[in-house]
Order: sequence, then structure tokens, then C-alpha cells
Amino acid sequence: MSEVNSYIKALMDHDLLLCSIMVKGEISNFKLHYSGHMYMTLKDEKSTIRAVMFKSAGLRLKFRPENGMKIIAEGRISVFERDGQYQLYIESMQPDGVGALHIAFEQLKKKLEAEGIFDAAKKKALPPYPQKIGVVTSPTGAAVRDIITILGRRFPCAEVLLYPVLVQGEQACYQIAEGIKYFNDNKMVDVIIVGRGGGSIEELWAFNEEVVARSIYNSCIPIVSAVGHETDFTIADFAADVRAPTPSAAAELVVPSRHELIVRINNLQDRLLNAFYNGIESRRQVLKLLVQSPAFKSPVDRIAQNRLLLDQITKDLYKNVLLNVQKKKDTFSAICSKLDILSPLGVIRRGYAIAKGSNKRIVMSVDDVSPGDPMEVQVSDGVIHCIVNRCVKGVKGG
Amino acid sequence: MNFEEAIKELEQIVEKLEQGELTLEQSLDMFQRGVALSNLCAKMLDEAEQKVSILIKNKDGTVVKQAFTGNQEDCMDGF
Repeated sequence: MSEVNSYIKALMDHDLLLCSIMVKGEISNFKLHYSGHMYMTLKDEKSTIRAVMFKSAGLRLKFRPENGMKIIAEGRISVFERDGQYQLYIESMQPDGVGALHIAFEQLKKKLEAEGIFDAAKKKALPPYPQKIGVVTSPTGAAVRDIITILGRRFPCAEVLLYPVLVQGEQACYQIAEGIKYFNDNKMVDVIIVGRGGGSIEELWAFNEEVVARSIYNSCIPIVSAVGHETDFTIADFAADVRAPTPSAAAELVVPSRHELIVRINNLQDRLLNAFYNGIESRRQVLKLLVQSPAFKSPVDRIAQNRLLLDQITKDLYKNVLLNVQKKKDTFSAICSKLDILSPLGVIRRGYAIAKGSNKRIVMSVDDVSPGDPMEVQVSDGVIHCIVNRCVKGVKGG
Repeated sequence: MNFEEAIKELEQIVEKLEQGELTLEQSLDMFQRGVALSNLCAKMLDEAEQKVSILIKNKDGTVVKQAFTGNQEDCMDGF
């Protein structure tokens, strides 16, 4: 049996026609094996043929084969000896009718849409006055010149940082993604413009690659996409926070217009002046009203009146003080004459004497002195020094 | 101070002055600050010279910033 199969295989492998054929059909029973190989049945109205596309060939596909898809496959017919089955070994595959890129575009768009990569809710707002603007594009194209010119004309105070990348070819998508990541990793800019000038769908293709869409989605910095012309829509446009129809339009979107800003500044200046002068004027009015009000005038009157009152009171006070002083003087001389009457000197003048002991104390009792003590007796015209002769109690002197 | 900070502060000052709840001294200070800010904003638009740099990756992977003149055909080296 194996010899038969082997023989048939050899026959087929030597057939020049079967070595390289192109078939047209519809995919069914499509199976993507975990090994990466793809198994399917191709059919037309009348018959079917088994087909396999190995991983190495499959990696080159821009689109994912699906059941019901009409394709043109290129490859060779050979025998799988174990099963005794002949099948088509596909080397390359093209969608029949619409282009492969078109299908790839639709497929990726559907996939990313389902993942929420294009969600409107996830879109970030652009900063109103970016200080630094990142541009990921080719440094040589017209796009970069347009962007720089327009940014400079509208809002020259924003710094422009250009991350140069290839915008077409195999490496372009990786470089673009890397540029977006670079700006994010270094937190260098407030907004990013990603794009290129117009071109064919093949030339714009980098912007339809998944890696670019994902890097845009993952960016923390708002991104404006600007790919090709107004009619070109790329996956990057759907993933971006804002899609600009052209690179020039992107530059206009990310910065305010100089003219609008000047109008705005002038407006603020006017409001500033008005508010300030209104403040001063309203205070002036308040002051004027206050000055004219009777409440403000009456205190002045009251001061004048009080001054008169004060003068009067001062005069009265002065008078009263003088009067009082005279009164006190009179009282004083009355007291003085009374004192004169009561004074012991007055008594002495009337014939009395004051006896003092040696200690200068007035002698009030016979007990205050002893015989032999010196004594002083003060009379009206002098002092008599004498010695106590005898002390007799109970006898009135005289 | 960048343009955004300047114009935002100017807006706040105008609003505060318009509310009219400041003392005379405060409103004079605010007014002077506002005039300075609006002059600064206008100056930034009139006199700012656009700065454009290109990020060049060296062979060792480090990235350097250079002034971009628009005719650097060789700037793709290393990319």
C-alpha cells in the first residue's frame, strides 16, 4: 500500500503542471492548527479539493483566511502518503475580487473594535495650549514641513520635537510604534501628531498595522493621526484620540490659532481694565455719598458744640477750684485759732507748768520719779532744773 | 511661566476683579499682575521663536536632541 502511495506521489511530484498551479475557489472547513498550519477545503460549484498552508507560508499573509472567503491560491498538488490523500500545498493566497489589504483592513478593524481599541469613551482630550508637541513622521516629507510651518505660524511658543521614522515599508510600523512609546516613556510632550503625506494604500499601510494601532491606544499622551488625504482612513485614525484629515489639519487641531488668542488676550485686557476701574468708581461713589450724608456732617457739628461745652465747663471748673481753695483757707485759719487755744503753750501762759523726768517724759504720777531724781519744770518763760525731794501720794499739789 | 499658566492666571484675576469682593489694595495688586500677564501672553505670541528639534538615535541606542532645519537628509542614519 505504501508503495502505491509512494508511486503516485512520485508521479504527481514530477508533473510539471501540478508542481505549480493556481486555483480559484471558496474556503470551507477552515482550521487553524495550534502548530500554526492551516487546513481547509477549497471548493467551486462542482467539486472540492483539500488544501494545507504551512505556518511559514501563512505568516506572509496580510489577511486571515475564513470560511466562505473566495480566494486564489497558488501552490502544488502532492500526496499525503499516510492517508493516501492528494492535496493542495498552498504557498500564497490572494482574496478573489477585493484586495488582500482591503480584507486585512476590515478584519483588523473588526478585531480591534471588538476589543474596544476605538472606544469613544477612551479618547483623550487634546491640551488647549501644548507646550511641547511630538511629531512622529518622516523627517524628509512634505508632511513634516507643513506641520512645522503651521505650528510656528499659529502658536510659536510650543516646542516641536520630531521623532523621525520611515513611514512606508516593512520597518515603518515598528518605528512608528517605537516613536509613540519613546515620547510616552520619556513623558516629553503634551500631544503627539502621527502621520504622513498622501500615497497609495500600500504606501499608507504601516498605519493599518496592529502594532501601530495598539501603541496609539496604549499612549497616555493624546494622539492626533494625520495619514494621507482627507479620503484616506487608516486603522491608526480609528485608534487615535483625534483624526485629522491631513498633516496640515493636524497642526491646526493641536494648537490654538494665534489670531483667536490675540482676540482673547485683548478681551481679557479690556475686562481687566473695566473691572478695576469699576471697582475704583464704585468706591468713589460710596465715598461721595458718605461725605454728603448728614450722618457724616453731624459729627463735625457735634465737635464744635462739644468744644463750646468744654470751654464752659473749664471755666466753671476753674471758678469752683478757686472758690474751694478760699473755703479751705478759711477753715484752716479757724482750725489754727482753735489749735492755739488748745495748745499746752497757752495753758502754760495761764500759769500751769509741765514737769518732765530725767528721761524727758512728762511726769503724770508720783510713781514716775523717785527722791533724788533730776526733773525739769517748764514754765511760760523757761525751764527750771530741780531735784525731787520727796514723793507724797494722794496729796494735791498747789 | 508658560503661555497656558499665564492665560489661566489672567482669567482668574479678571474673574476675581469682576466679582468685586477685594479690598482696594488687593484689587490694585491684582490689576498690576493682570496687566503684566496680558503683556506676557501677547509677547509670547509676538516674539516667541519656534523651536524645532529632531531626536537622533546614536549607534549605542541613546537619543540626542538636535535643532531641526528641515534639510537633514542624513538624519535617518541609525533608524
